[in-house]
Amino acid sequence: MEITRRRLLVLLPAAAVAWKFVLAGTPEASPNYKLTEHWWSMLIDIPKCIGCGSCVRACAQENDVPDGFYRTWVERYRVTDWKIERPEVESPDGGKLGFPPNQSDGKNFFVPKLCNQCADSPCTQVCPVGATFVTPDGVVLVDKTYCLGCRYCVQACPYGCRFINPKTNTAEKCSLCYHRITKGLTTACCEVCPTGARQLADLKNPKDPIHEFLKTHTVQVLKPHMATQAKVFYNGMDGSVR
Amino acid sequence: MVIAIAVTVFAALRTALVPRSFGQYGHYRGAAIAETAARPIAFAGHDVCEACHTEVVDQKKQGKHVVVPCEACHGALAKHADDPASVKPPKLDTAVLCARCHEANSAKPKGFPQVVTADHSGGIACDSCHQPHRPKIEDSPAKPATEARK
Repeated sequence: MEITRRRLLVLLPAAAVAWKFVLAGTPEASPNYKLTEHWWSMLIDIPKCIGCGSCVRACAQENDVPDGFYRTWVERYRVTDWKIERPEVESPDGGKLGFPPNQSDGKNFFVPKLCNQCADSPCTQVCPVGATFVTPDGVVLVDKTYCLGCRYCVQACPYGCRFINPKTNTAEKCSLCYHRITKGLTTACCEVCPTGARQLADLKNPKDPIHEFLKTHTVQVLKPHMATQAKVFYNGMDGSVR
Repeated sequence: MVIAIAVTVFAALRTALVPRSFGQYGHYRGAAIAETAARPIAFAGHDVCEACHTEVVDQKKQGKHVVVPCEACHGALAKHADDPASVKPPKLDTAVLCARCHEANSAKPKGFPQVVTADHSGGIACDSCHQPHRPKIEDSPAKPATEARK
């Protein structure tokens, strides 16, 4: 077919409309953010955590988390030498307002918890409609407009990181503040942590300090036997942590 | 003929019901990524605060609170950063706020400064004696205690 000037004038608006549909939902449209150039994770330095609850409060405020539900929370462990397999764990109100004084015998420490952003996540595998998924930059998200609220993912998460939001009746979890990290900011919990116990990390960025940290420290992930390829790394984690 | 109609109806229904971006990156709606990324932020980030409040940055550099981000104490300030004239940060109760980090607790790291506030200050606001941005007292005598208690 010969492209005449008349036909081109007809085709151009049609092509513009078609291109708009192609671009719809393309995150690459966000300025200076390329999905394929990132692989997000988080580093939690347990010996630095003071259990102040700033992260829990900031997360709730940033993400409009209903009272009594937590996208992130802090646990206090008390481990005595004769009960190493059965530590005492408490998290009053998710640690949002800090922790009351406790007995000083044994080993006492705080452990912040959040979605482990598993690369091989059980929650995405059980979703019957594709409402939860791992993005190309390594974050597990929930599509609220597509979620049925069937709760399969809540049961499947080995870390207890998901809940059903009573306002929307859809599954909810930590999104690693996706709306912030795609704008070049850190997560709300990392932003407010006064001791730097939480650090957002981009494993695809060769200049990210996480690479040096992982080379020089012994880190673990939670429940490695679940083979979820969790990407939240814990430094200084006691063997009693579950 | 029946098969052709069934296939056509199925194709038409699928086109109408399945979102356009479904399958763009995988078995999910690709547009959900951009929708999540488009949400507004509540915490501005300390870089934004420091761009205007340079005098506070200078104060913090003289003390251990230099590593404490502004919004750890002051709360979410993105709205204030967008419109500093009309949106003011809330006043803080230092008797409560400081204790969240510095109240003694055996689970806190041993080297972290901790006090039993009931013995240390008896409920008096911490900024009666300590300047929050530069908390060591010999460095920065805050307003006199008598004045602060008024």
